Amino acid sequence: MSTLINLLTYVAIIAGVVFFVAGTTGLLRFPDTLTRLHALTKADNLGLGLIVLGLLPQVDGVLNGLKLVAIWLLVMLSSADAGQLIARAARRRGGPV
Amino acid sequence: MIIDAFYAAPALLILALGVYTTIVRDTFPATVGYLAYGLLLTVAWVQLHGVDVALTEAAIGGGLTSLLLVRASARLRATEVPARLERASLPVRGLAALGAGGIAGALALALLSLPDPAPTLAPAAMASIASTGVGNPITAVLMAYRAMDTMLEAIVLLLAIIGVWSLAPDRAWGGRPGPRYNADPDGILAFIARVLPPIGIIVGIYIFWVGADHPGGKFQGATIVAAMWLLTLMAGLTDAPPISGRWLRVLLVAGPAVFIAVGAVGAVLAGAFLGYPDGWAKPLILVIEFALMPSLALTLGLIMAGAPERIAST
Repeated sequence: MSTLINLLTYVAIIAGVVFFVAGTTGLLRFPDTLTRLHALTKADNLGLGLIVLGLLPQVDGVLNGLKLVAIWLLVMLSSADAGQLIARAARRRGGPV
Repeated sequence: MIIDAFYAAPALLILALGVYTTIVRDTFPATVGYLAYGLLLTVAWVQLHGVDVALTEAAIGGGLTSLLLVRASARLRATEVPARLERASLPVRGLAALGAGGIAGALALALLSLPDPAPTLAPAAMASIASTGVGNPITAVLMAYRAMDTMLEAIVLLLAIIGVWSLAPDRAWGGRPGPRYNADPDGILAFIARVLPPIGIIVGIYIFWVGADHPGGKFQGATIVAAMWLLTLMAGLTDAPPISGRWLRVLLVAGPAVFIAVGAVGAVLAGAFLGYPDGWAKPLILVIEFALMPSLALTLGLIMAGAPERIAST
């Protein structure tokens, strides 16, 4: 049973890391600010979510699990907000966005 | 081998980022590099089991100082191009490289020639921890064994804020710090400035409260509370108070004043300045922390808000 739980943790964390790698590749290879923001927010939402999902079976106690989920929700909220603000600033600066 | 990679990867990243931050010519990329460097240092501190230090590095190094540097780099944007055209002569640059390399080499030599295992006072700190009433050895060191240093840190922050205020132009002395921020009241910045502060204030007070027995403390908590205030300030939801206000100055001084008062009481009752009479350690530490936390939050927030730029009546 615990091997199954560890396997789930490995799979979820590796999947999360794949999303982070994809986000970073997007940051480096995409042509302009808006598309790069798109790639980065995918990494934040889904990548971190998968990592949190993988860590949840390993915590001791419901409270620590809830804290992990709360961290993920706060990161999603702030990254969405920051993405909007950066996109608006990039558009306001003019020129090719 | 996985374990070695686990420890080696952040170390290599930190080195690479440090080199990049030093070499890059523009100010803003260097500031962003410094911010990422601070966050990687947080990871390194967690790996070394220094969670209190990691919290402080993330809050102050990755948050407060980086924000200060970003604002400074924004103000320096007009000087970027002329600054890039100036270059120090080769002998000066060579001397600077020699000096920096020499200091780094001396530090590395000192670190590598430490006896193994390195001498530590941790067992001595843990031996007397029951008499201080707190469970976290870091808090015991900061508030009981070396309370004098913490008091002097609080006073140094007061001096820092006087220094920041002294940058005000004459006409704005006593006025409100920073420009008037006007964000769209229906926009996303106003939205997050309404949603995040309640959560942030609870998290900040929790980190302050739990610092007695677990990693945490008033510095980290005060930084988070100050950051929430700054968020509402930058979204235009509140305006910075004029620095000539009486309650503002009383609140700024209250923390260090209570600290000094407790120290004087200790000098009378326990025979040493900042000594705690038997059995009174935990209550006195609580009194100091409750007085210091709002003062610290206000001080850090005002340092970030900047020098007064507008006269008080606007």
